[in-house]
Amino acid sequence: MKQYILSRLGYTLVTFFVIATFTFFLMQTLPGSPFNDERLSDVQKERMMERYGLDKPVPLQYVTYIGNIFKGDFGVSFQYDGRAVVDIIGERIGASVVLGLQSLVVGSIVGILLGIIAAYKHNTPIDYGAMILSVIGLSVPSFVFAGLLQYWIGVRLQWLPVAFWEGFEFSILPTISLSVFVVATLARFMRSEMLDVLGQDYIVTAKAKGLTNFNVIFKHSIRNAAIPIMTILGPMTVSLLTGTLVIEKIFSIPGLGEQFVKSIITNDFPMIMGVTLFYSILFIGVVLLIDIMYGIVDPRIRVAGGNRS
Amino acid sequence: MTVENRELADELFEPAQEQQSAKSISRPAMTYWQDAWKRFLKNKAAFAGLMLIALIILLAVFGPYANNHGYDEQNLARANLPPKVPILEQVGWLGFDGVDNRGIDRYEASGVTDYYWFGTDNLGRDLWTRVWHGTRISLYIAFLAAAIDLLIGVAYGGISAYYGGRVDNVMQRLIEILVGIPNLIVVILLILVLKPGIMSITLAMVITGWVGMARIVRGQILKLKEQEFILASKTLGAKDKRMIWKHLIPNALGPIIITTMFTIPTAIFTEAFLSFIGLGLQPPVSSLGTLINEGYKLLGIYPHMLAFSSIVISVIMISFNLLGDGLQDALDPKMRK
Repeated sequence: MKQYILSRLGYTLVTFFVIATFTFFLMQTLPGSPFNDERLSDVQKERMMERYGLDKPVPLQYVTYIGNIFKGDFGVSFQYDGRAVVDIIGERIGASVVLGLQSLVVGSIVGILLGIIAAYKHNTPIDYGAMILSVIGLSVPSFVFAGLLQYWIGVRLQWLPVAFWEGFEFSILPTISLSVFVVATLARFMRSEMLDVLGQDYIVTAKAKGLTNFNVIFKHSIRNAAIPIMTILGPMTVSLLTGTLVIEKIFSIPGLGEQFVKSIITNDFPMIMGVTLFYSILFIGVVLLIDIMYGIVDPRIRVAGGNRS
Repeated sequence: MTVENRELADELFEPAQEQQSAKSISRPAMTYWQDAWKRFLKNKAAFAGLMLIALIILLAVFGPYANNHGYDEQNLARANLPPKVPILEQVGWLGFDGVDNRGIDRYEASGVTDYYWFGTDNLGRDLWTRVWHGTRISLYIAFLAAAIDLLIGVAYGGISAYYGGRVDNVMQRLIEILVGIPNLIVVILLILVLKPGIMSITLAMVITGWVGMARIVRGQILKLKEQEFILASKTLGAKDKRMIWKHLIPNALGPIIITTMFTIPTAIFTEAFLSFIGLGLQPPVSSLGTLINEGYKLLGIYPHMLAFSSIVISVIMISFNLLGDGLQDALDPKMRK
């Protein structure tokens, strides 16, 4: 077990290094400068470059950069005049976390229930209906759902606010748009896992013992069907992250995603690098956690050397 | 009980009727692909998906020529017109009568006699032409990305699994690292450097996109390598080239096709997503993503600008997913649930 965790940790570190290096060197070749302001004289530009350490040789910048990351320092933003990137991330992350968690919780509950019902009512109109819904949810991009909700519920019916982030009712539409994908993925996954489990001998035994349907489903089936859900948590995190970028922009939510899009438009390199690294750390952290958890739950994976295929 | 003593005369015996049915095969033998096609046709949803994709490809190819408006033809005199279609304009609730959501007939108000089937945008460009032109670009990017993913993925996965040993080990370590890097991040960073364009967007998607295909091909080939027909072929002295092209790749084709079918909608989504965060194609070139992004700016007043591009992208995504699911059932019947 120890060896397994160590090898996963090793890969995670290498991956992180590759990303950090990649980010750094890509940013070096980036066209455009943050100081392309006509009002600045050459001397002023030089002073600015000096202040942000952009005048030093590239290898030196790289070493400083990597060293700083380990100290938790992601540099300073150009667009917010020297404010630390970490501070801005800290300030912006709140709304994103609320939005992401809300979508994850709502989506998981609805999705898992839908999947269980579909499997239980296998090959009935309810099953077909649930599967049609999940194909639509998987296929239609979140920004299309967001547009539909914004127009019909926000503009036409005026039931809920169209944009901004000033209270719970402001978060309902973005949460729904973002959770559609979670619902669809989980419903589909849970249905096929449940169908697998429901065909097992121990379920037949449980039924033969005379247990109620409720007990068979909630005590015997769900627990076994839920274990493989861990395998889709990784891709789900990514889709939630991608989703927050788009949804936050559409609904003008002051989260990290909206900030990231803004940094791209204003060529704010350190901000882009910082947020990229932050997202990467989040992602590879989640993957590492899932791998380790899966290794604990399912010993076969450990033996195979953690090759998730 | 007495038993009559009877002579067993030869006449009492006759040769048994030969059972025709068991010896000859009454129907022609089916190959794997014929079998798969038959299973596929039974799946109505997947077949509908295939038809819709065919229809959309046709519209993307010929749609822009269906009227005489160019995709970048601006004319402010006819800006923001809602959709209006002959015949359908009689049916009010369909929304094809040229009346906007405040109840004003915009065509009458601006004195336009032409019909704009999908309406026009804020610069007076015909949306029908723009939507199908955009679909063409989106599909082009998606097919190109899927094709390159396929080439690299099959080659990498094939080599890694076929040669095995140290080669496989090194190649797998590389994949292990690449898999850990979120695609999204790499795509965003590359486009920042390369500047948005059809080729750069395709390239950015391919850089990490092939990994999935490589893993699937490797898994398939590792499984096939253990089977007897490969051993037989080897014993008969087949060369590597023949082994790979005649035995391994054809037998791994099912999963390869399925993976490609799911790559295409992902690529279409990624392209649209990039437009959203300001890294999409630059005007006047439009894709479905840039059209949707533009549509959002005037959503409250002119919803038709968002509606058509959203519908088209949704239909494409749904169709490809249905087709992919159908192919999965048809090509891999063991997995069927």
